Amino acid sequence: MIEMSGISKAFSGNVVLQDVQFSIADGEIHALMGENGAGKSTLMKILTGIYARDTGEVKVDGQPVVFHSPKEAEALGIAVIHQELNILPALTVAENLFLGNEKTYGPTGILKTREMNKEATRILAKLGLELDVRQLAGELSVGKQQIIEIAKAIASDAKYIIMDEPTAALTDREIETLFSTIHELKAKGISFVYISHRMEEIFAICDRITILRDGQYVGVRTIKDTTFDEIVQMMVGRELGERFPERNVKIGEVKLEVKNLSCDHVCQNIDFSVRKGEVLGIAGLMGAGRTEVAQAIFGYRKKTAGEIVIDGQKVSIANPIQAMNHKIAFVTEDRKSEGLVLDFSIKENMMLTNLEKISKTGIVNKVREEDICQGYIEQLRIRTSSANLAVKSLSGGNQQKVVIAKWLGTEPEILILDEPTRGVDIGAKKEIYTIINELAEQGVAVIMISSELPEVIGMADRVLVMHEGKQTAILQQDELTQETIMHYATGGEKGVQI
Amino acid sequence: MFKSNSKALLSKLGPLLGLLLIVIIVTILNPSFATASNILNVLRQVSISALIAFGMTFIILTGGIDLSVGSTLALTGAVAASMLASGMDPILTMFVALILGTILGAINGIIIAKGKVAPFIATLATMTIYRGLTLVYTEGRPISGLGDSISFQMLGKGYFFGIPVPVVTTALAFGVLYFILHKTTFGRRVYAVGGNEDASRLSGISVDRVKIAVYSLTGTLAALSALILTSRLNSAQPTAGTSYELDAIAAVVLGGTSLTGGRGWIFGTLVGALIIGVLNNGLNLIGVSSFFQQVVKGAVILIAVLIDRKKTV
Repeated sequence: MIEMSGISKAFSGNVVLQDVQFSIADGEIHALMGENGAGKSTLMKILTGIYARDTGEVKVDGQPVVFHSPKEAEALGIAVIHQELNILPALTVAENLFLGNEKTYGPTGILKTREMNKEATRILAKLGLELDVRQLAGELSVGKQQIIEIAKAIASDAKYIIMDEPTAALTDREIETLFSTIHELKAKGISFVYISHRMEEIFAICDRITILRDGQYVGVRTIKDTTFDEIVQMMVGRELGERFPERNVKIGEVKLEVKNLSCDHVCQNIDFSVRKGEVLGIAGLMGAGRTEVAQAIFGYRKKTAGEIVIDGQKVSIANPIQAMNHKIAFVTEDRKSEGLVLDFSIKENMMLTNLEKISKTGIVNKVREEDICQGYIEQLRIRTSSANLAVKSLSGGNQQKVVIAKWLGTEPEILILDEPTRGVDIGAKKEIYTIINELAEQGVAVIMISSELPEVIGMADRVLVMHEGKQTAILQQDELTQETIMHYATGGEKGVQI
Repeated sequence: MFKSNSKALLSKLGPLLGLLLIVIIVTILNPSFATASNILNVLRQVSISALIAFGMTFIILTGGIDLSVGSTLALTGAVAASMLASGMDPILTMFVALILGTILGAINGIIIAKGKVAPFIATLATMTIYRGLTLVYTEGRPISGLGDSISFQMLGKGYFFGIPVPVVTTALAFGVLYFILHKTTFGRRVYAVGGNEDASRLSGISVDRVKIAVYSLTGTLAALSALILTSRLNSAQPTAGTSYELDAIAAVVLGGTSLTGGRGWIFGTLVGALIIGVLNNGLNLIGVSSFFQQVVKGAVILIAVLIDRKKTV
């Protein structure tokens, strides 16, 4: 077991952890929760030897330890599985499994390939994964890659596995497999630290939960004896009230019609409309083609069939510039790779979409730029001391608000949001919902793609459900339950409800 | 906040400190370096390579690279020289050469942006093609007998209030390019494309146009330096500009611009070009053999980049 106590850490005077305690029993699944910036990842980096602590004590099985490098933590069986997987797609499954740990004929460096393949097959079979280990890892689904990461940890004799948002990219079925794998390993005495924003999962799988807030230890609870509300309150330090704010909106006439839209096989015959002031949810499993529909509407993906009608007029949109001319905005799923220029400041990111606004002759008017951005920072309650700070320095929720600000500047009439609250903490989530509601109230037609069912149900007026590139249902608000959505998202047909 | 700013400033001033250090060392070893006439000489030599390096800065900021600049210089220089030799108007000649340079750059840009060819490969190919065209055009012989038109002679050999005209030209170009890069929306787009191409595209920036523009601009600047070089030598050599692309890339990197794009500034490139110029000149003055000079130059680049590495980690 691991016991951490009195842990403090400051970076150049900025205290990020103060007198924090955390413990992991053998064979326990322990959730670590807190809003972004609460200090979860710093605490884990101290545990794994990436950062040195300023004060405090770490004991492994009762022995005080000081780690100078990740290697030393690994040697005591502490392994981390990051949100971004460390899988090399061009190597085989077995090669990935033994990466850095290869079995060789003594010091010759010649690989015992056959033996490693056999061993890999055995390890994976134990985790319930039957596959050809000579297959390239890149060909596997994200879910299977995740299990390979766990197998990697097991192969190096890990006793404590830290998982950071392990289910963010998994389908429900893959999550089930992952959970059963975790349960099996738990029975063998392996412990997990489970970092996630998804409450439902934490309550489903964890034994205990430790909550941090603003770098401080708030408390530890046994899952059996606590509730969602208590945890949320501990995390945000206040009553949050309704999770999904009320929206007061008169739904207007049809703004956007998508007729029979297809792009190759990734999305086929998609047919829907959105009205002014309406929020249309798009639900489905990972890879169901939801993002592709959004990209096709925005002209970022080639349409192979179908048409788009805005305000009753058929329009042609072949690239994002044309989409923007039709007042469409697209908050993309992956803010780091598609939403932000990470080297840019907050204000430079906000102005990316509408540089014309701050320049008459092509020369940037810095005063006007500052004014506009300051306005967004206040309007969207972005927590930063200056618009000139690097966007990198912001938390996930605030980065997402910068992306939204970028699009508010274009005064959109149709707003597409792809996973708008992914990796965003609960407090910021609610603020983003409020922003979406305000826009709908101003008559913006909103399309919101989300994998979080409670969010879809809480926010959408209607929900389009997709399965493997096809539209399986459009559900009205009174039909919305998690079960119904999952029924259609897994390919169920109308009328044959389970 | 203040801390991070001063740190950023320090990393920006790093190349400048390096330049000062080299100047001091060279001056101590041979005081004749610091004479006005020698310094003007260094500046005149630097002006030709600096122009190309300025263009390269724009390209590298978008995440690209241009290996064809030296060949572009040779081809535009040869065309300009033959026009002058056949008695064409010097102003018209300069104009044609600049246009030709721009077109050659635009071809690079179009292949890269529309043809989606990696910049390294695309410009490796056009480097060979443009050089080949130069050899075909000149039949492998230098072109001389360019006449004595004052306006053309001034370009490479003239003085403006005691300062060599190439230095004045390069200083003006620097001012204009600095303004474009740091004060205009075009400059902002250059950084955006290099910082995150997908995000730029999705933000409605026409990435292709930005790319074509930076390669065209570099072509123009290569032609301008070709004109200066041709005027100075009073002839055009078919092998002119060989390996200039490497000096330009070195100057950009010495100036602290990241080869992965999105990060850097043009002032650094100016300093980088000066470092290379001072080294070339200084090593000669100190009496280092020309073979060994290459070793020293390479080592300086390596040390500079290693120091830069240390800072960012």
